Amino acid sequence: MMIGGWYEPGSSPLHRTPAGGKFLVLLGLAAVVFVLRSPVWLGGTCAVVLLGYGVARVSLRRCGQLARTLVPLVVFVFALQWWLLGAEQALVVCLRIVAALAAANLFTITTRVDDVVFAVERALRPLARFGVRPDRIGLLIGLTLQAVATLSGVAAEVREAAKARGAERSVTAFAVPFLVRTLRHADELGEALAARGEGDG
Amino acid sequence: MIEFEGVGHHYGERVVLSDVDLRLPERRVAFVGANGSGKSTLARMINGLVQPATGRVLVDGLDPSRDGRAVRRRVGFVFTNPDSQIVMPTAGEDVAFSLRRGGLSRKERAERAAEVLAEYGLGGYADHPAHQLSGGQKQLLALCAMLVLDPDVLVCDEPTTLLDLRNKRRFVDLLAGLTQQVVLVTHDLDLLGAFDRVIVLDGGRVVADDEPEPALRHYRTLVT
Repeated sequence: MMIGGWYEPGSSPLHRTPAGGKFLVLLGLAAVVFVLRSPVWLGGTCAVVLLGYGVARVSLRRCGQLARTLVPLVVFVFALQWWLLGAEQALVVCLRIVAALAAANLFTITTRVDDVVFAVERALRPLARFGVRPDRIGLLIGLTLQAVATLSGVAAEVREAAKARGAERSVTAFAVPFLVRTLRHADELGEALAARGEGDG
Repeated sequence: MIEFEGVGHHYGERVVLSDVDLRLPERRVAFVGANGSGKSTLARMINGLVQPATGRVLVDGLDPSRDGRAVRRRVGFVFTNPDSQIVMPTAGEDVAFSLRRGGLSRKERAERAAEVLAEYGLGGYADHPAHQLSGGQKQLLALCAMLVLDPDVLVCDEPTTLLDLRNKRRFVDLLAGLTQQVVLVTHDLDLLGAFDRVIVLDGGRVVADDEPEPALRHYRTLVT
């Protein structure tokens, strides 16, 4: 989950925990959060995740970035759910969102992508005899994360260009160039992968 | 040696190359021409990214449309936009990605990648997020990712177009020092002084093929 950006080097216990283990804990936590229905337990889970930010000594700047993304989302979802389902239900949904997204963000901040890719490749190695290609899946993860960074860069540039033409409220002025550039990026990336021998078997 | 024999190509109705016959034994060759002159398509044929509609291409006697894998092992390719060629999140991982088929261990790949990065002025950037490097550094990274495989030929498709003057110079000086045969597609004419041969394309045909000075003089009369 790319809310606050990327890995931040550090030496905390959370940074030193192996990527595979952390990833499983994250998946487990996400599952638990969606099974829990009690606001108290969910609130407790949120508190534990936030405690993790303290343990990992995440900088205030990064915490601020997370808050800027999470707060508008939570406010919007809370308002909508309150209107549709009532206050208690809205609170439960929002606590789930906060716990899951904050935990995922903590994972990205404390884990190097290379380590995630390597952990996934290693975990999938026994499946190689069933035709699964662990290196391909590792590449897929690396490319996905790289694509998020590239496309957010493209989105920012397109938004600037739209603004320069006084079209910051126009959906087409954003969507058309964004799509065109995304598709072109896909073409160029495909070519670059081919040139580097990916697909040559 | 790179050879083009009666090469022609078209995208839909539009003819981009016709009757190109070239033998390129020189170590430093440049393709020059206006936008849409066919020079990038010609360069892409050297490693089989584009296959000719007519005629054939040979790299050391191998045809890229038949032995694509073998040719791509000999031919490195650097594109215009480094953002599209960097496929891994950090500089070190991206260079190591090139080595994934070489049978080296993960640690050996990382060490080799760090060595190559250091050799080309990116020492200490192995753990740096690749998308946060400057434009010039990204293009150096793309070059490192190719050179780590020690190809015989390096094809560069307008590699300096997005760079500032200082980085353009640095990049071309770096190319000049390589042991590889270099095929450079470019608009930066003043960078070609030390080249052995400049081929000017116009409308999909070779219109000049000479040493840099006369070839570029011809090109300049073409555009004015």
